[in-house]
Amino acid sequence: MKLAYEISHLLAGVMLVVSFALLYQQRIAAVLNAFAAQSITLALAVAWAAWSEDRPDLFITATIAFLLKGIVIPVALHRTVTRLGVHREVEKVVGVGMALLVGLALCGLSQALVVKIAPVAAGLARDELALAMAIVLLGFLMMIVRRNAVTQVVGFMSMENGLILAATGAQGMPLVVEVSVAFSVLIALFVFAVFVFRIRERFDTIDIEALDRMRGDRR
Amino acid sequence: MLGVYGLGGALGVLAVAALLATLTRSALALVYPLCAIAAVVLGAVDLHVLLSDGSLSASLPLGLPTIGLRLRLDPLSAFFGIVVNGGVLAASLYGLGLDRRTELTPRVEPLFPIFAAAMNLVLIADDAYGFLFFWELMSLSSWALVVARHTDPESRRAGHLYLVMAALGTVSLLFAFGGLAGPAGGYSFEAIRALPPGPAVAALVLAAALVGCGSKGGLIPLHAWLPLAHPAAPSHVSALMSGVMTKVAIYGFMRIAFDLLGPPAWWWALPPIVLGALTAVLGLLYAVLDRDLKRVLAYSTVENVGVIFVALGLALAFKANAFSAAAAVALTAALLHVLNHSWFKSLLFLGAGAVLHATGRRDLDGLGGLIRAMPRTAVLFLVGALAISALPPLNGFVSEWLLFQAVLAGPTLPQASLHFAAPAVGAMLALAAALAAACFVRVYGTAFLGRPRSVEAARAHDVAVVQQVAMGLLALLCILGGLLGGPLAGALGPLVREIANSALAAGGGPTPLSLVAFDARRSVYDAPVIALFVAIASLTTLVIVHRISERRTRRGPAWDCGFPDPSPATQYTASSFAQPLRRVYGTVAFAARETVTMPPPGDRAPAHFSVALVDYAWRIFYAGPARAVLGLAQRLNALQFLTIRRYLVLMFAALVILLSIAAVTT
Repeated sequence: MKLAYEISHLLAGVMLVVSFALLYQQRIAAVLNAFAAQSITLALAVAWAAWSEDRPDLFITATIAFLLKGIVIPVALHRTVTRLGVHREVEKVVGVGMALLVGLALCGLSQALVVKIAPVAAGLARDELALAMAIVLLGFLMMIVRRNAVTQVVGFMSMENGLILAATGAQGMPLVVEVSVAFSVLIALFVFAVFVFRIRERFDTIDIEALDRMRGDRR
Repeated sequence: MLGVYGLGGALGVLAVAALLATLTRSALALVYPLCAIAAVVLGAVDLHVLLSDGSLSASLPLGLPTIGLRLRLDPLSAFFGIVVNGGVLAASLYGLGLDRRTELTPRVEPLFPIFAAAMNLVLIADDAYGFLFFWELMSLSSWALVVARHTDPESRRAGHLYLVMAALGTVSLLFAFGGLAGPAGGYSFEAIRALPPGPAVAALVLAAALVGCGSKGGLIPLHAWLPLAHPAAPSHVSALMSGVMTKVAIYGFMRIAFDLLGPPAWWWALPPIVLGALTAVLGLLYAVLDRDLKRVLAYSTVENVGVIFVALGLALAFKANAFSAAAAVALTAALLHVLNHSWFKSLLFLGAGAVLHATGRRDLDGLGGLIRAMPRTAVLFLVGALAISALPPLNGFVSEWLLFQAVLAGPTLPQASLHFAAPAVGAMLALAAALAAACFVRVYGTAFLGRPRSVEAARAHDVAVVQQVAMGLLALLCILGGLLGGPLAGALGPLVREIANSALAAGGGPTPLSLVAFDARRSVYDAPVIALFVAIASLTTLVIVHRISERRTRRGPAWDCGFPDPSPATQYTASSFAQPLRRVYGTVAFAARETVTMPPPGDRAPAHFSVALVDYAWRIFYAGPARAVLGLAQRLNALQFLTIRRYLVLMFAALVILLSIAAVTT
């Protein structure tokens, strides 16, 4: 039993480390690869939980995560980036050092919060919850510190990875909920994709700040 | 069972009337006969329930899923139902006399039955959802009636203010019911009664109920919409809004404070008593200074709502101290005043409608001499004016007399604040009663007596017979309600006993019709005896005056001090009548300032006289908050023009701050 928790913590920890990697990557291709790595780790973590806790429905979740987020979406985004021909550098708003420091603070916050609110009886599952929450917050942070539309999509998907990890840790989250979450994320992704193409068509860039020029009502 | 069918059928008739009037223009004329029939049926069912002291209930699978709609007609609802349907009947009769081609419009007639049905449904709703839904339906349908003449900017302004105040009231009632339902969330009145809230929640619920019902009834400082909106509607709708809809607000307050909130604590009484007394005096000060006939009537409604709230507050205070006899007197006073005010205020508004129809004018200074042009309306209006001035033997006196009996019992209350408040409130009510008399002498004197001040007033003519019948019915009720005050109070006995654990002793006075407040030695009002005395005294005076005036012609000095200038402008006007009162009270209450601009010597330009009034209630409670909201909105407007990333930053910051708070505090 102890070993099962150790391994699931290890996998969750790897996901968190990849989240940090996502924050400091300079190139879009590297960001997408890191995201694929995170999703595959997620799939492993979920599969491990399915095997060790004998919850076979989680294998479906793991498969969805692996196929969709580990392979299909990164490949699709890679192809999008090449087709768009945008420059491969990621425009940043905040420097890497600053972003990493903020990320560290967020990790501390989520650990402190989970220690406070989760019941002690939850035991080892608490740590996993703290890790998942840190991943969600880091995904959100990534959406803020990058100006590129593709990296915003990646940040969003990374948040969703954190959510699924949390759901796996929490006992008894039904598959229906997970499937619906996965589908809503997929739909959101489509919206993002269309959005990215439209921006590109109009402005020859996918820097989202370009959108602001289009607002006639700006004061 | 018959009663349930009667209610359902009558409400169905109202729905059909609204539907027909919406569909075809030719059906507009059908609205008022159908409404009159429905009002008679509904009133009969209400009367039966009130007198038999029973209740009808029904549960319909309408509305919110799994909750449905509970309806119940108990004696309290039935009493207010009689008030509502009496008003609807009179207004429908008046509507029958409207000109079929020129005065019926698809903007008014389809909404009239909806408004009538909504008021009835508020009374019989037996859960919070139904109550709020029908309350809102009542607000919206009456709002649509207010803005029926939407081309008039005044009307639109009144409608806007009314909509804002109605929304405020409904939101506040929403909170009141939320507090009543408690954490378990039982929204049926039965569940609320079973679990009365604790003292802190009760205080909040009471405050919310005062704001919610007070804004509909016109409790100061929530009164500002009422004198704008009530006059803006067509006159028979004004009669309904002013005479009846304010009573539905009072029903709401009574339902919450006396029924749902459980046994009262003594301090619940303070806000209604203090606000009510302020409302009574200030409402009439506004009324005395206003020059618009319908607006004066609307301000007088504000006063009467204040009087009723004082009576309700006293009833709460007595009930909390288990002084059940005094509680019964105060409650009977409140209920009788509700009934009486609905009659005479509807009568006066219909009379004002007749004047408006005949002359096209509402400004008092443009009327005058109508007693010759429209004698029947003049007599009926006089009955209403006497009744609202609380002169015996008419009905207004009965309820005000009972109220003063309750006020006089106030110093027996053990709590110091109530103990001292009672005489002060009594003095304010006495002032209000005197101001009411002055106000209606002014209205009647300027509109109906003297000589016409405008061409329109000179060319006036009496209104259609059926409209006179509508007013006559109400005038008859005012007279009968005055003479039969004792039996009426007796008929309310079971309802009063249910709430106050005691009721006025039926009979026991010197004559069968006398009204006994506490006991037959101390406080008895014998309306027929007073009526007889008034009749003898006035007939004697009449005879004496007649004898003196028939004596030989006297010769006077040959200048015109004895005979007025032929120009009607030299008459006493509404403004001149109000001037002494304005000088006494206006300088304090409204910071009234009079300025006279004289032309320089030798110049033949006319001098100017002007009066500036400051409406403190408006400035503090309306203009101030409105400016603050606008200023804040302008600041926050910048938030609407951020970049996507900034929005995300805001969301992220909010999330992190909330999480940090959770991490620190739990």
